[in-house]
Amino acid sequence: MGFNGTSPLLDQRGELRPEDFGAIRELSMNPIGDRIISAFFSPGKETVDFASFVRILAHFHPTETSRSRDGVQPEPANSRTRKLKFAFQLYDQDRDGKISREELLQVLRTMLEMQVTEEQLQSIAERAIQEADLDQDDAISFDEFRKSLEKVDIDHKMSIRFLS
Amino acid sequence: MEDFWAFALWALRIWLYLVISLIMIPAMFGFSLGISETYMTILVKTLEWATLKIQKGYVDEKLEASASNGLIQREDGSMEKELEELRRSRPKPPVGGDFTLSDCFYFTRRGIESILEDEVTQRFTSEELVSWNLLTRSHKDFQYISLKITLVYGLGIFVRYCILAPLRITLACIGLTWLVIGTSAVGLLPNWRMKFWLSELVHVMCYRICARGLSATIHYHNRENKPKKGGICVANHTSPIDVVILCNDGCYAMVGQVHGGLMGVLQRAMVRSCPHVWFERAEMRDRHLVTKRLQDHVNDKTKLPILIFPEGTCVNNTSVMMFKKGSFEIGATIYPVAIKYDPKFGDAFWNSSKYSMVSYLLRMMTSWALVCNVWYLPAMHQQEGEDAVRFANRVKSAIAHQGGLVDLQWDGGLKRAKVKESFKEEQQKQYSSMLRLSGSLSTW
Repeated sequence: MGFNGTSPLLDQRGELRPEDFGAIRELSMNPIGDRIISAFFSPGKETVDFASFVRILAHFHPTETSRSRDGVQPEPANSRTRKLKFAFQLYDQDRDGKISREELLQVLRTMLEMQVTEEQLQSIAERAIQEADLDQDDAISFDEFRKSLEKVDIDHKMSIRFLS
Repeated sequence: MEDFWAFALWALRIWLYLVISLIMIPAMFGFSLGISETYMTILVKTLEWATLKIQKGYVDEKLEASASNGLIQREDGSMEKELEELRRSRPKPPVGGDFTLSDCFYFTRRGIESILEDEVTQRFTSEELVSWNLLTRSHKDFQYISLKITLVYGLGIFVRYCILAPLRITLACIGLTWLVIGTSAVGLLPNWRMKFWLSELVHVMCYRICARGLSATIHYHNRENKPKKGGICVANHTSPIDVVILCNDGCYAMVGQVHGGLMGVLQRAMVRSCPHVWFERAEMRDRHLVTKRLQDHVNDKTKLPILIFPEGTCVNNTSVMMFKKGSFEIGATIYPVAIKYDPKFGDAFWNSSKYSMVSYLLRMMTSWALVCNVWYLPAMHQQEGEDAVRFANRVKSAIAHQGGLVDLQWDGGLKRAKVKESFKEEQQKQYSSMLRLSGSLSTW
């Protein structure tokens, strides 16, 4: 694996802080760049070590469909469920297992900022919750999230292939 | 003691005479005694031998040459295409699209790709070598292979630091001193035709001495396209040495800021013998003033072609960054030049945040050599209806294509500056166009 060779971020400390990610120019242009950065840091912690860094990135390894699921092995980091969980946690910042209306609005705000009015944001969020919220508790749980995305080709869209 | 000093002085004088006769005089007059060629042949053979030995040592691991092609496979789809695919399972509304929870997948994946391999940041550090070239500074992951390699490496250090470096420093000092004296002397002459010819001669001679001072081997290609008077020569920028490389084969008028110290002395001397365009710091901000002065220079057909590096900063010679449009608005003929250094013999990139100018020059003088290729491309003109930015991009693509460099759209200013908010806004704007937004037009 080429992590050590390619990550110009990892310094002698062997740990990363949020500011180190800020040096990646392409990431600064990404509307949800900050959220992605905070996904690397466990709640309350200010640094991430190399092992945890790799564990998070492992979510994006392509899923091998040839491996038999006999249920005995622990679930690999790059399984469909784990990828979904990663995406779910981008929305669910307080980790309470549900995406509340407010959390959804926050994500929409960072993705669109000046391009829409507050009312437009509210109506988008309203529609999205109405569609996905099956038990009518005004929030999207992980199962509802998964059900709403069951037709999406997650394995392809949330995977990054390494060359050679 | 006395004898020792006398002997030392005598040895120094002999050495100086040798240097002058064997290296400087041939350099000045453009012919070669074959010393540097022999050195280069030996060097190339040694490095090839070392590469083979190192590769044999790495028998288990694959040593592929794909290092520079990138680590990860990037999907080339645009935002629209990717988001449409993500939303494929839903009914498609007539205008825009509907927000779905899976929209963030696209941005997430792009974000993680950036963390793994960022297109921009890697251009501001030295290129990684495929195989070690026996220099300490490029010694990143390479391990101990055999005693022979280590011996050659040690011998290399001795040769480079104790033999080559003093030689090169002497040559460089001679070259620069001669430049100052020669140009000032020529400047004293009245404006005859002789003056221009002499000034060109002095400039080229001094640059040739400086080039020998770096053990530079330069291959010029397509010399029939060399820049002519009244035009602007445009090249990709890797280090201040680019100037020496280009001026070895012709005379150019330089553009730049007035510096103090040694650079200032050089600048003032050079301007005495032929016109260059030096700006005060305050003048650089006034774009009209800059454009006007450049235009005046270009319109005067007796003046030398101007040399400009439109990237505005040093990049590591694997790619060409955005060209600033200023030089392309003047309306003169543009002569593009592509410069590509061979990284095997020494890394020419000046990482100005890491090394000062002096330590950079010392590093240059303790490398093996400097080998580079210069391609003169056919002249280009701004076409009807083409704006300066498009013209600049066209020239940039031509240079990147010729030099085998990656053509990037990013601004070299990102080396120091943070990313502007406007880039993020672009992405947000593009995304918002993919959403059906409630407004006066449609109702839910």
